[in-house]
Amino acid sequence: MAREITGMVERRGMGLWLTHLLMIIGVLVIFFPIWLAFVASTVTQPEIVQPPMPLWPGDRFVENYTAALFSGVNVPVLTMLANSMVMAIGIAVGKIIISLLSAFAIVYFRFPGRNIFFWLIFLTLMLPVEVRIVPTYEVIAGFGMLNSYSGLIFPLIASATATFLFRQFFLTVPDELAEAARVDGAGAMRFFWDILLPMSRTNVAALFVILFIYGWNQYLWPLLITTDPSMNTIVMGIKQMFPSGDDVADWPVIMATSILAMVPPVVVVISMQKLFIRGLVDSEK
Amino acid sequence: MATVDLDNIKKRFGATEVIKGVSLSVQDGEFVVIVGPSGCGKSTLLRMVAGLETISEGELRINGTRANDLEPMDRDIAMVFQNYALYPHMSVAQNMGYGLKIAGLPKPEIAAKVAEAARLLQLTELLDRKPKQLSGGQRQRVAMGRAIVRAPSVFLFDEPLSNLDAKLRVQMRLEIKELQSKLGITSLYVTHDQVEAMTMADRMIVMNGGVAEQIGTPLDVYERPETLFAAQFIGSPSMNVIAAEAHEGALHFGGVTLPAPTGITGPVMLGLRPEHLSPNPDGPVEMQVMLAEPLGANTLLHGKLASGAGFTASLPGVHRVMPGEASLRLSIEPQNLHLFDAETGRRIG
Amino acid sequence: MEKRVTFKGWLLPLCLIAPQVVISAVFFFYPAGQAVWQSLFIPDPFGLSSRFVGLGNFEYLLGDPYYRSAFVTTAIFSTLVTLTAMVPALFLAVLADRLVNSAGVYRTLLIWPYAVAPAVAGVLWLFMFNTRVGVVAWYLGQLGYDWNHVLNQGEAMGLVVVASSWGRISYNFLFFFAALQAVPRSIIEAAAIDGARFWRRFFTIVLPLLSPTTFFLLVVNVVYAFFETFGVIHTITGGGPQQATTILVYKVFSDGFVGQDLGSSAAQSVILLVVVGLLTVVQFKYIEKRVHY
Repeated sequence: MAREITGMVERRGMGLWLTHLLMIIGVLVIFFPIWLAFVASTVTQPEIVQPPMPLWPGDRFVENYTAALFSGVNVPVLTMLANSMVMAIGIAVGKIIISLLSAFAIVYFRFPGRNIFFWLIFLTLMLPVEVRIVPTYEVIAGFGMLNSYSGLIFPLIASATATFLFRQFFLTVPDELAEAARVDGAGAMRFFWDILLPMSRTNVAALFVILFIYGWNQYLWPLLITTDPSMNTIVMGIKQMFPSGDDVADWPVIMATSILAMVPPVVVVISMQKLFIRGLVDSEK
Repeated sequence: MATVDLDNIKKRFGATEVIKGVSLSVQDGEFVVIVGPSGCGKSTLLRMVAGLETISEGELRINGTRANDLEPMDRDIAMVFQNYALYPHMSVAQNMGYGLKIAGLPKPEIAAKVAEAARLLQLTELLDRKPKQLSGGQRQRVAMGRAIVRAPSVFLFDEPLSNLDAKLRVQMRLEIKELQSKLGITSLYVTHDQVEAMTMADRMIVMNGGVAEQIGTPLDVYERPETLFAAQFIGSPSMNVIAAEAHEGALHFGGVTLPAPTGITGPVMLGLRPEHLSPNPDGPVEMQVMLAEPLGANTLLHGKLASGAGFTASLPGVHRVMPGEASLRLSIEPQNLHLFDAETGRRIG
Repeated sequence: MEKRVTFKGWLLPLCLIAPQVVISAVFFFYPAGQAVWQSLFIPDPFGLSSRFVGLGNFEYLLGDPYYRSAFVTTAIFSTLVTLTAMVPALFLAVLADRLVNSAGVYRTLLIWPYAVAPAVAGVLWLFMFNTRVGVVAWYLGQLGYDWNHVLNQGEAMGLVVVASSWGRISYNFLFFFAALQAVPRSIIEAAAIDGARFWRRFFTIVLPLLSPTTFFLLVVNVVYAFFETFGVIHTITGGGPQQATTILVYKVFSDGFVGQDLGSSAAQSVILLVVVGLLTVVQFKYIEKRVHY
């Protein structure tokens, strides 16, 4: 990414330090909410409800996180984490599998109805789940899929973005590779497994990162269909931890839960930064 | 090992006919080069033999049996692609052995065959590398290796050298030819480069606009081009072609008179290869030299005739000519005159 | 674009495409069709029968002051979110672009908020501005400003805007940074030789070169503000006070699930569908243009 030459246009003594300073201020401001949440997750409830709360971590890290993970408010956070994990991985894997298969069919075959299917899939690009929540809810309820993983996952894998990404990628694979495979005696599925899939590794990984975060961060859908607390996902479960009425919220546990809710996606993004950025650029453009 | 017969093969894309009936018999072990400008249909013809394009009309026989409807894998062919088409995620050894793996050969046997082909192509050191880590020439060899490993009846080459630099191209040209004659495998080779065609072919087929203009040995085509197109396409620099009038055993154009075979009268196209011209103060052809290109062994002189027609001569050795002013008289042996029908472009003498 | 080579057969490709088609049909086309169908009816209060009203639900909605105010709220909200998410991002990207060697470190630090779910972001910001325990609210109080987003409509809007924009700054930063890195050095150097100073160069050379990225982000951020900020609003304000932060998507939810007014909710879904359609068309027009550059 970084350019190799650093000429006089780029840097000058004072200006450089000023730039660093502004950048650091920017990072601190952006980071502050996360820092504050972390601090709150390591202090006691009285320290928080007596403003101002401290800005440096306390010594209650283990107690607060143990409380959150194993008892929580309505349900142990560990359960919600597991639910989120199943949902996020289910959505990511499910979408990738059905998209790979349908993109392969659309790009490498000519079959009756191909164009119609292509446009049908294309249309699904246009409609976020938020817009069709009521009827989709009724479908799920009709199938008896409320409070189930399949109810959490299936409506969210009906989207075309991944199919389009793979289609774009398959179109850039040189025709000669498929021809060489045919001359080598490979049939369609053999070509898919032996050549196309291994070549798509990076795209699959990049897409997985994006879809994992997409799935993990879902809020409205799990809110609607998981009425049973043991099926709550962590992102929607935090809000359920706030007491109704005038009771005081259990802030240290809630903030510990918030931190726990962001750890998996943040770890994925930071550790797979290159893939993540690639996936972002690919899937949006 | 194998013969390939094309019997009036045609190819249509929708309403447009891109191959207009080509017939060719390739003998066992023969190296046939299909040569022509881009868009002439040469690659399409090869891809039909490979089974990558369907044949619209006509019959293809490999070893005497009809192959029109066989899958590529069932035709007992191997193909070398222009961009090599190596599987990027597989090592050299895996690339070469993939076809055998699909055919279900036991692993040790695959390894032995790959090792043998690698030895032949001096790829043994590179077997574990990925295509990305290879140079252009090495990739070319791997593509060859992939073809050889399967010991096919027929090799198909689709412009395999066009992505290499000039020096490597000459070297690979020799290697391919040497390998082919050592293995004795029937080969069809597509190229747009007439030098490749001349140097490699046992026989060549000159294609233009979906039609086979001429089929013959390189020297046949050079010495007795059947059509104006073949005459101009083969040979470098390209043959001079001049509109002339034949009359009672003589050819006239722009005040020049040359001897002609008897029995031809009326307008003809006259072809003179630049390298057949020699300087002669009494020569019948006078050219105005505009530009000289000294190549060392010979010199190319570009200019025009008195009639204004562009003209090129290739003279041995170094000729220092003042461009623009110099006028030069040239002569040519009568047997080196090529005459073509002015309308059909077919050879008449 | 089409492939030259294809494999033969029609049964296999139909099987390959079937999972996606079936899932799209059951969870997408059927519900979307249902939304359109339901928007033409008014169910009785017990949900036992419903009466066909044609476009009655739409007429009612367009005359409904609450719905119209939700439209205005959405417009204000999405404009503010887009600006708040893009301007700081561009500023940070320009700074990072000058720091050739350490840009990667800053990028890693700035990516974090993108991974944080909007709903979690809502909780974090709610915590800072909570009227009882919020640190920022408390310091504002010390400065003599009485922060209360539970009662004050403007403050509520400000809070959901900032909380919604926060994670998007990371996202926009990544795209702006990549675009800045792609600006050819020679152009910058030519401008420098022409005597343009940094900010002059930025406004006359760099910014115009960034315009495709800027336009793309504009559309994407508007779509985000429209549809993906539900979690922020639900956690922080619940659409209040007095509907001040009720955007269109939130109203589909509150009318459909809280108010149980299915006909109206479905009609709202259909209107949103049209809005998404228009935004998609805009986006594709833009992509087409890019391809033809």
